[in-house]
Amino acid sequence: MSARAGRHMWVAQRVTAMFLGVAVLVHLVTIMVAVRGGLSATEILGRTQGATGWFAFYAAFALAAGLHGAIGLRNIAMEWLGWRGRGFDMAWLGIGVVTALFGIRAAWGLYAS
Amino acid sequence: METVPKGEKAQDTLKVRVWRGDAAGGEFREYAVPARENQTVLDVVTQIQREQEPDLAYRFACRVGMCGSCAMEVNGRARWTCRTHVKRVAAPGEALEIRPLANLPVIRDLATDMAPFFDKWARAGGTFQPKDAPDGAVPAEFSVVPPESKQRREADAGIECIGCGVCYASCDIVAWNPDYLGPAAMNRAWTLVNDVRDGARRERLEAVSGDAGCHSCHSTQSCTERCPKNLDPSSAIAGLKRTLFWDSLWGRLR
Repeated sequence: MSARAGRHMWVAQRVTAMFLGVAVLVHLVTIMVAVRGGLSATEILGRTQGATGWFAFYAAFALAAGLHGAIGLRNIAMEWLGWRGRGFDMAWLGIGVVTALFGIRAAWGLYAS
Repeated sequence: METVPKGEKAQDTLKVRVWRGDAAGGEFREYAVPARENQTVLDVVTQIQREQEPDLAYRFACRVGMCGSCAMEVNGRARWTCRTHVKRVAAPGEALEIRPLANLPVIRDLATDMAPFFDKWARAGGTFQPKDAPDGAVPAEFSVVPPESKQRREADAGIECIGCGVCYASCDIVAWNPDYLGPAAMNRAWTLVNDVRDGARRERLEAVSGDAGCHSCHSTQSCTERCPKNLDPSSAIAGLKRTLFWDSLWGRLR
């Protein structure tokens, strides 16, 4: 991996961390507010269906989490297991994207179903 | 015959385990050295070489903490042996264990090959690259660099490095990744990034980027903790990361 790509990944991990810090707070506070007095599946879907803002928020959340996690795991694997090189980098990129897609699919399910 | 200074018992000896070997491998050997009230670890190594084992290889020059050539690992920590008193590292009756600096190839016994260390200084852009004025004249900044300016103070904070390799031998990241530039090279790069007379800022920042550069540092600060000059390479590396972060975000570096 080139020094430039390494730098860009480091920047990406920091920027996603900043976003995730705020996003996790929003997520938790929303749960606490929404659950007051009990919550049913119908009520959840009633709020999320067609709510473009929430879909955008959770899609960004899932994308940030997928990339952030994969970059971090790549660093750990490089140091602890010596997994370096292009093949491993592509595998981590794949893992990051797949993780993000799972999250985005779930958000889409709540938005469009 | 050994002369015994007044007030010391003639039979007092200090046990010393010294690593003997070469690049192919080696082992510890035990020696007994006269214990003195005041003696440095370098005195002990010198005693062994002069009085017991003339083929013991080690390196030193100034003996007063200026040259940085006598660094070794003493009881598990990299130190300047010339500035380390035995009584500071070993309690009375305790043995000394001396081995060559970690993270560097061994030439023989206590002498390591410093070439990878200095090669990395070069790779990190450790050479001053003077700015050229468009007309070839000496640029204006050359004449006035206020010592109190923020950038000059940042540069001054790391400028006293003498390249002894103690930080490099103490760094976990170098042990994990042999390509990692290490604290001294990046401390040097940070002083030059802050030098307003230098014209190679961008190339240098590119050189210290990525997995082999500042972005692999975990800020565990063994370098800062062990630097015999009390420099702070860890903060220098953090400075490089900060600069590279904003330069990348605002597109000053591609």
